[in-house]
Amino acid sequence: MIRKEFFNGVRDTFPLLLGAFPFGVIYGTLAINSGLSVQASLAMSAIVFAGSSQFIAVGLVAAGAPVSIIILTTFVVNLRHMLYSAALLPNLKKLSQRWRFILAFFLTDETFAVSAGRYRHTDDSPHKHYYQLGSSLAMYLNWQLWTLVGLLLGSRIPDAQSWGLDVAMIVTFIGMTIPYIKNKPMVMAVLTSAVVSLLTFQWPYKLGLIAAAVCGITAGILIERVQKMKNSYKEETI
Amino acid sequence: MTASSEFFMILGMMIVTFSIRYVLLAFSGRFTLPKSLEKALNYVPPAVLTAIIVPSVLISDNKLFISWENPYLPAALAAVLAGFLFPKRVLAASISTGLVVFAIVSYFQLIR
Repeated sequence: MIRKEFFNGVRDTFPLLLGAFPFGVIYGTLAINSGLSVQASLAMSAIVFAGSSQFIAVGLVAAGAPVSIIILTTFVVNLRHMLYSAALLPNLKKLSQRWRFILAFFLTDETFAVSAGRYRHTDDSPHKHYYQLGSSLAMYLNWQLWTLVGLLLGSRIPDAQSWGLDVAMIVTFIGMTIPYIKNKPMVMAVLTSAVVSLLTFQWPYKLGLIAAAVCGITAGILIERVQKMKNSYKEETI
Repeated sequence: MTASSEFFMILGMMIVTFSIRYVLLAFSGRFTLPKSLEKALNYVPPAVLTAIIVPSVLISDNKLFISWENPYLPAALAAVLAGFLFPKRVLAASISTGLVVFAIVSYFQLIR
């Protein structure tokens, strides 16, 4: 059972591994050209393991920004992960401290999306965290591999961004979102998030993503409240 | 960049990133979330995923790009449609349909 959960996690993460390819290669290329040493470029993928912030960090290194600013920027860019750990909290709180420590280290957008879908299934498997571990390790090894490829071949791979591999991530995320859209509050949450994300896409440091998500969540809760009030009003009048 | 400033930069990045990911989980045994907040957390995955998907599809070169020339758009629409049509196998339907439509649209743009 444990093994099955683990490999299901790996399998369900597969299309997202493909989507990470262009980003890993571009990161490797940018890192080398920013003046960062090869060891540091690899170490960043290995121990920070947060794609967007790595991109921005090597950009800041190339611009000659001070270390304190780079660390502060990393903090802001990765703040959205707190939203993810909050959302997973009800499922992870019964695990040992060691498990929580390990799963926290590997928490990325992709693993969060895949695992949240697994935790939603109502079967009473006690090993769902192995599914998250499978997804985590798949994402981790994949990121190390593409970083290395980017560092070694970077400029020799012609414009990896234009291959359109990131479409794999987009259509997978679409398939992961649809099962949530079952009632009016969820529809409103998704629509609100969509609109706000377009209004805020120019905000720096992924802050637009956080704004869109928070507005979407708020919209969902509000509609849920309104529905509840309507229902209780109906009951009273009957 | 000197080796020591590289070291401190990566150490600092690791500490802030890991802390963000871990802090709530670390103390999760010591508090219980109010029911209303736990309900609100149900909205996090769809809201976040939408906030990632929509700009990835519609924004190109920092501009809104709503046109059939943008292969991400028909691919995303097809993925949404397929997902709703096959509620039992949403993920497989969305991924396969989205990728196929993307490949077809890109191909026709290429040969034109």
